[in-house]
Amino acid sequence: MSHATVTSVPAAAATPTNAPLRDPAWRTRLFWALAGLALLWPMGDLTEFKPWLLAEPGALAPALHFVGSFFPPRTDADFLTLLLQETWRTVAMATAGLTLALLLAIPLSLLSVRVLSLSSLAGRMAVGPGVLRQGVRWLLLVLRSVPELVWALVFVRVVGLGPTSGVLAIALTYSGMLGKVYADILESGDTHATHSLMRNGSGRLQAFFYGLLPQNAAELTSYTVYRWECAIRSSAVLGFVGAGGLGQLMDSSMKMFNGSEVASILLVFMLLVWLADRMSAALRKNLA
Amino acid sequence: MSASHQLPPPLFDARCKACWLTFAVLVLVVASFATLDLQWAKFASWDALQRMGRFMGELLHPVTTPALLHKVWQATLETLAMSALGTLMAAVLGLALALPAARTHAHDAARWRGATRLLLNGLRSTPELVWAALLLIAVGLGPFAGTLALALHTAGVLGRLFAESLENAPPGPAFALRVRGVGELRVLLYATLAQVLPQLLSYTLYRWENNIRAAAVLGVVGAGGLGQLLAFHMGLFQMGETSTVLLAMLALVALVDALSYGLRKALA
Repeated sequence: MSHATVTSVPAAAATPTNAPLRDPAWRTRLFWALAGLALLWPMGDLTEFKPWLLAEPGALAPALHFVGSFFPPRTDADFLTLLLQETWRTVAMATAGLTLALLLAIPLSLLSVRVLSLSSLAGRMAVGPGVLRQGVRWLLLVLRSVPELVWALVFVRVVGLGPTSGVLAIALTYSGMLGKVYADILESGDTHATHSLMRNGSGRLQAFFYGLLPQNAAELTSYTVYRWECAIRSSAVLGFVGAGGLGQLMDSSMKMFNGSEVASILLVFMLLVWLADRMSAALRKNLA
Repeated sequence: MSASHQLPPPLFDARCKACWLTFAVLVLVVASFATLDLQWAKFASWDALQRMGRFMGELLHPVTTPALLHKVWQATLETLAMSALGTLMAAVLGLALALPAARTHAHDAARWRGATRLLLNGLRSTPELVWAALLLIAVGLGPFAGTLALALHTAGVLGRLFAESLENAPPGPAFALRVRGVGELRVLLYATLAQVLPQLLSYTLYRWENNIRAAAVLGVVGAGGLGQLLAFHMGLFQMGETSTVLLAMLALVALVDALSYGLRKALA
């Protein structure tokens, strides 16, 4: 950073007034600036970065025309009922998906938590449990590395269009995320109480319910609520590949270039995201 | 009976907020499952299971012909470039919007704060995929639309985070400069920005990590990169090719995760 440019030479050591005021680090700065430019060039090439396309007379006109047709948004009763239905379906898909994700994530995170290892109480964890825990961690990594949109594409191919694919896609991806973060939260806290319980002969589940869970319950719940908010966003987007909900409605309206419908859907979507955001913020504040 | 023998508190109490919350969550979950026409029967049918099995079996045999590998390599580079350029543009735009959106000192009128925050919220709450679908109309199919879509959505996210860190920067150095009559631009450059820059960089890296996933799927609507290749091969039921593309996606995400994790650790 450029702290060097502002700090002047101490007064006592100051040389006569005509000492050159130049940046002592200019060479490194110049090098990194040039290196950055050299990297940017092929990137612009790869992404076909041609902003002047936007300035061509014929290019922006249809888009502007489309955006112009956003006003007024469509608000007749039929469409609003449909919109309400699809909004509920989006929320329901997110909720059902997250519930299924929890069913998978809780056992997996319990399997992978190192704190609940009996053999590691005496020193090193035994080989078998260690391999099992690492294996479960890798499974969680694979589950969350495939984006939910890709899962949804796969399931739509197998079971056909409909919310089932969306729910399953959310369930798989989110079980990976939740399982990993649950395990991290459980391991990051103070483990003293849990370990004392286990040293005194309690079972691992008992130690979890009476030691580990009460300590971390607020943080776990808060993260789950935050993920529910994220799930609502993704379930709205999953409709684009045919999983139903607001996304599908928007996709079909967009394909028919029906600007006023797109505007209503966008507004409802923003409202939904905003509401979920507010709700989750309020809940998390109460939990903290 | 001594006083120490108290009954346990009743399980339900009308003032217990947590009970009502739990109840509401339960109702939400039950209602969700009840109203969605989830076709478990169809999903668990012998036919579907067979199809699923065949599908997975085909997925286990990635195609590795040089022609396809070359195409996947190109698409991977395209995805990488889309995410990096999109994030860079978003960081620049986000910072430009964060400055009017932040009230940095008590006497700052911050006239544009409300309006800029509204704009940032608008940018942020529209998902990348929707931006991409809108931009496809303006610039046509290809990675350019995807890059712009990433840039717009991420600018909303980063702008808000940047504004918050500018507002939360320790006020001392900025105050020291300001009382000596140093102009606002130089106060920003030499005090406020200099203090929060590591934090801004770490936010940007974190978003880049997110954007690589987003860039990988944006192609599904036609915005270039690995997603477009995936949608193409899956549309033709070429499962071997699909599997190669999926593997490339996983590798890319894992690589960027590791890279960004290392960089953020080095910055912290």
